[in-house]
Amino acid sequence: MNHVSVQTNVLNANHEIATENRRLFEEEGTVVINLMSAPGAGKTSLLEATLRDLGGRYRLAVIEGDLQTDLDSQRIRSLGTPSFQITTGTVCHLDARMVARALAEFPVQGLDLLVIENVGNLICPAAYDLGESLRVVVCSVAEGAEKPKKYPVMFHKADVVILNKTDLGAASGVDLRELRANVREVNPKAMLFAVSCKTGVGLDSWVAWLRDAIASRSIAATTRT
Amino acid sequence: MHELSIAESIIEIAEAKAREENARCIQLIKIRLGQFTTVVREALEFAFDIARRETLAETARLEIEDVPMVVRCAACGSVTDPVREVCLICPQCGLPLEVLSGEELQVEYIEVESEAERL
Repeated sequence: MNHVSVQTNVLNANHEIATENRRLFEEEGTVVINLMSAPGAGKTSLLEATLRDLGGRYRLAVIEGDLQTDLDSQRIRSLGTPSFQITTGTVCHLDARMVARALAEFPVQGLDLLVIENVGNLICPAAYDLGESLRVVVCSVAEGAEKPKKYPVMFHKADVVILNKTDLGAASGVDLRELRANVREVNPKAMLFAVSCKTGVGLDSWVAWLRDAIASRSIAATTRT
Repeated sequence: MHELSIAESIIEIAEAKAREENARCIQLIKIRLGQFTTVVREALEFAFDIARRETLAETARLEIEDVPMVVRCAACGSVTDPVREVCLICPQCGLPLEVLSGEELQVEYIEVESEAERL
């Protein structure tokens, strides 16, 4: 019997494709968001509100990941934003290869912002780098204040955490301050926004922050070329 | 349940290495699994049993070394080993803690039977 040293990260193959995706996005100066949450936290609603509020000045596109149906893509297209649907069948997350395949059919050249809406799931998508520049995690207040502590890996890896459905705080008996503190415990550094996609409260600060992120990315791309 | 994808990746990595070594079959795959990952040991073991069929690892054993989560405060140097409940704010300084270990998901080594041994 032979002992053979391997020393390879299990996610190495995904990481290599993600690095290639990232290089492509950086060349284009495109900000790429990997949007993740539990099912029903309001990813698509947040996306609709964000696309609407960003206005017509930006070149935007969306890649939707779902197990079944292209309903989310239809919602995005009805706003006039190009959207490509990946249906994963039974796979509970997007990986870098699925995104690379989508890019072959769905050109993203010259975009300011590409949002990849992941499959609704707080566990598996955390492990797979897609080549994004920002990991945005949405958590609805109605899910309970302890959600970040129950799914620490997902929240820990986020660059931005958006607490949605703040209008339901009182109705669901959840204290927004406690939820915020629990996000901080697993991720002291993330940008944190509290919004209600239904009433529009809080969306302005998130969209203003995103505009700045897009502006600094396009400046970086211009400087490089 | 992404453990099936993870199990498939483990086997792909092991098979690639085994082929480099002209191995006939893989008898053991040793991995390190951090506590602060999204992979559940039991689910991975179950998925491995499915994923190894019709591969060089068909009869291989999967050995999993659990790696505890360890954090350190860069400001005051205090270390928590192992972390029982994830809190990444230093109880002394209130500053963010750094994760020293617990995020591992790595194939360490394999044990193979070579063509020559069969002859």
